[in-house]
Amino acid sequence: MSSDLVLKTEGLTKHYGGVHALTEANFELRKGEHVAIMGDNGAGKSTFVRQLTGVEQPTHGKIMLYGKEVSFKGPLEAREAGIETVFQTLALADDLDVPSNVFLGREKFLFKLGPFSILDRKAMRADTVRALERTAVKIPNLGNRIRNMSGGQRQCVAIARTATFASRLIIMDEPTAALGVAETAQVENIVRTLKASGEPLILISHNMRQVFDLCDRIIVFRRGRLVANLRKDKTSGEEVVAYITGAKQSDPEVEKAA
Amino acid sequence: MAKSEVGVGGVGFDRSRREWPSELNVLIALIGIVALFEILGRVVVGDSFLLNTQAGVEGLFNTARLQIIILQVSIVGIIAIGVTQVIISGGIDLSSGSIVGAVAMITMSFAQRALVNGNPNPTEALHNPALLDLPVIVPVVIGIGCGVLAGLVNGSLIAYTRIPPFIATLGMMVSARGLSKWWTKGRPVSFPTDSYTTIGHGVMPVLIFIALAILFQLVLTYTKYGKHCYAIGSNEDAARTSGVNVIGHKVLVYTIAAALAAVAAIVLSSRNLTAQAGMGVQYELDAIAMTVIGGVSLSGGRGTIIGTVLGALIFGVIISGFTFLNLDAYYQEMVKGAIIVGAVVLDQWRQRRGGSK
Repeated sequence: MSSDLVLKTEGLTKHYGGVHALTEANFELRKGEHVAIMGDNGAGKSTFVRQLTGVEQPTHGKIMLYGKEVSFKGPLEAREAGIETVFQTLALADDLDVPSNVFLGREKFLFKLGPFSILDRKAMRADTVRALERTAVKIPNLGNRIRNMSGGQRQCVAIARTATFASRLIIMDEPTAALGVAETAQVENIVRTLKASGEPLILISHNMRQVFDLCDRIIVFRRGRLVANLRKDKTSGEEVVAYITGAKQSDPEVEKAA
Repeated sequence: MAKSEVGVGGVGFDRSRREWPSELNVLIALIGIVALFEILGRVVVGDSFLLNTQAGVEGLFNTARLQIIILQVSIVGIIAIGVTQVIISGGIDLSSGSIVGAVAMITMSFAQRALVNGNPNPTEALHNPALLDLPVIVPVVIGIGCGVLAGLVNGSLIAYTRIPPFIATLGMMVSARGLSKWWTKGRPVSFPTDSYTTIGHGVMPVLIFIALAILFQLVLTYTKYGKHCYAIGSNEDAARTSGVNVIGHKVLVYTIAAALAAVAAIVLSSRNLTAQAGMGVQYELDAIAMTVIGGVSLSGGRGTIIGTVLGALIFGVIISGFTFLNLDAYYQEMVKGAIIVGAVVLDQWRQRRGGSK
């Protein structure tokens, strides 16, 4: 049973001074599962994700990745452990072309020579094309700087980056917040492709339709607590909203094992 | 994975959709400025700027003038190669001119000959007779070593204490100038060995400049170091979260820049047969100007060595052109200043438009 457990947190808690941003969050993610995190601004969902991605370190509590307890000192360690994150700010270098962005910090080399290692540009291009083909995005020339590309194209580059590397868990922080209708559809298609290939994913979103479209499960944060853990097919938009606004209070047992 | 069921990605390398390289703009500017001097020359002084009009001299072009154009920017150009990498990485280096002064003084002291016209060397730069007539490799290694040391200080200050590069290199600028004055208490150092004088002899500065330019253009295009220069200058936070060693990279960038300033100091002192404490004053600004004219963005992330070389040539053409038109040297400086500001205005305008052309 525990073998298909991708991620598990036990009593994950984060205090900023006297502010209890996250209290005793118990969460589980299984193989192939796509889970949405919802909640109002300041409800604790971003704090929760920051602990998972190593941007911050929890006050106490455990994070287990594939059954092994982990504690990340920085985002790099989380990434090395296989947690790939698409940040809201995308973290792209605008003046680099697409392959350079996809492989930034993890370049392929023809031969190694310390900082002056020669880049294997052909291999990186080929891998980038392969990753982007899954995203169904149109990029006329991959060699162009990404500064002039559209929001959707840039988003796809950021997602292609996570998909290029054999990741064990993908986290997307409001990937469509800044996108238009067509671009949003594009990104949603990518998420569906990831679902089809069985990659586990955590999606933070405010978009109810999107969440019901893409995810198997919805968890709701409110006032730093994980208040609801709802299977998509056993809940409704109204119920989720009720949890988000606090109109409906959490079951005590939900908090114990989300 | 093959094409997904949800659509076909239109990913390609469509040449018609390729961006217009900004170096082409610089090249066009260079050609335009040369054409301008050619026309002005015909009208004002009745001579050709570029073409050979002297009787009894072979060749289509005025090769003497072309050589001067390149020669007079080669030494500052070597510095500009280093400054280009610094600016692409999002930094600035104000210390290169002073490093030239300090390294020239130190290097020259280790390149002293024993006999001057049959008499003992009158310079008391180094009071140790064992340090006369050293093989040329000794002063060169010492000089570049001093440059590397200065660059390590610059880079470490910027990377570890996170003070702005402007301040760190300003401090080095003042200190290194102080060092070059202190080294001989203000006296110039002359009488280098014959082998040392060959380093900057004839067209050697041009050859060194071009060789280093080619080397570092390749480094910027094809190595991890080069890629990270652009990444850090473009978005330092993104580079850091992507796993780029930003601290190590910054130390390296400033070290290379200072090492190249040291190379320029060696070439310059060798060519002038002397070193003075005031050597290299304002070179850092000329080098920055060359890079900016060459299309390197002061906000980081963009530019090439090719652009900087073209920028240096524009510099050289303007200096030669003013001399050719018998214009006062004061005008040169004024026009140089205007061109620097104009280049930055153009760069800002290009960025605001978000355009590539």
